[in-house]
Amino acid sequence: MKIKKRPEPVQKVKQRRDGVLQSLVTGVPYIQFLGIQFDRLGDELTAVLPYDDKLIGNPMLPALHGGVTAAFLEVTAIIELSWAMAWADMEAGKLDEESPNIRLPKTIDFTVDYLRSGLPRDAYARARVNRSGRRYASVHVEGWQDNRSRMFAQATGHFLMPQRDD
Amino acid sequence: MTDETRDRQALLARAFIEAIPHAQALGMKLQDIGDGRAEIVMDYDERMIGDPATGVIHGGAVSALMDTCSGAAVMAHPSHPMGTATIDLRIDYMRPAKPGDAIKAVAECYHVTRSVAFVRATAMDADEDRPVATATGAFTIETGGK
Repeated sequence: MKIKKRPEPVQKVKQRRDGVLQSLVTGVPYIQFLGIQFDRLGDELTAVLPYDDKLIGNPMLPALHGGVTAAFLEVTAIIELSWAMAWADMEAGKLDEESPNIRLPKTIDFTVDYLRSGLPRDAYARARVNRSGRRYASVHVEGWQDNRSRMFAQATGHFLMPQRDD
Repeated sequence: MTDETRDRQALLARAFIEAIPHAQALGMKLQDIGDGRAEIVMDYDERMIGDPATGVIHGGAVSALMDTCSGAAVMAHPSHPMGTATIDLRIDYMRPAKPGDAIKAVAECYHVTRSVAFVRATAMDADEDRPVATATGAFTIETGGK
């Protein structure tokens, strides 16, 4: 009987994944400016935008700024795409956890569909990579607040993938 | 419209834009407004960098500028809407904005119905002949009556 290789300790796996995700997110000043965080369960990411007064666009309602919603969904799409791209290398231990040096995809176009006004509360978003080729990728993002089934905005974007060295 | 009412309208529109907390947070300055057109400038700011390797502004900040400028153009339409909200906005990114340059957005509300306004917008850096991004959007028209 062949002796199976011992699986990696779970803490080590988590530390590696969280480390790569953190450096990906904290490296971008604009993500920090908006205060966006990412929750991770395995490879699934959920973006969280904690409420802040500076995110308001209509002080009378009040409602989140449409540009904040667009930016939040675009950030979610870019991080999801970069994360999906980096996953294989990360799991193979080819990335430096402290500074993984992942090149970001560039947005070609981004279309936001505003379904209801953004309430002055935390917002959440998840992106799905519908197609990811060597050069282009198409990503769909859903944003919601209190109820997962009641989206307040959705978006579709196309991205130019960074050229890989290998 | 007399010059006086025009000035007054421009003043109100300016106050309205400057009362938007997120526009303030990004340092947006309204340069020109009236007759369904608006022009807003946003200075380069390191907090808005999207790609730390190049220092290029994040697309999201350009989106926020385009959205604000488009909404302002709707508010400046001669039909005098009481308010507006974005229904949809599509942005095409033509090229990265030059790090260090201010970004200027110009929006034009080119058609309105009783309930919908149609807008196009362009964003540019110092090289105004080559736009950084363009946008098209549909906005609601709030008449206050409901």
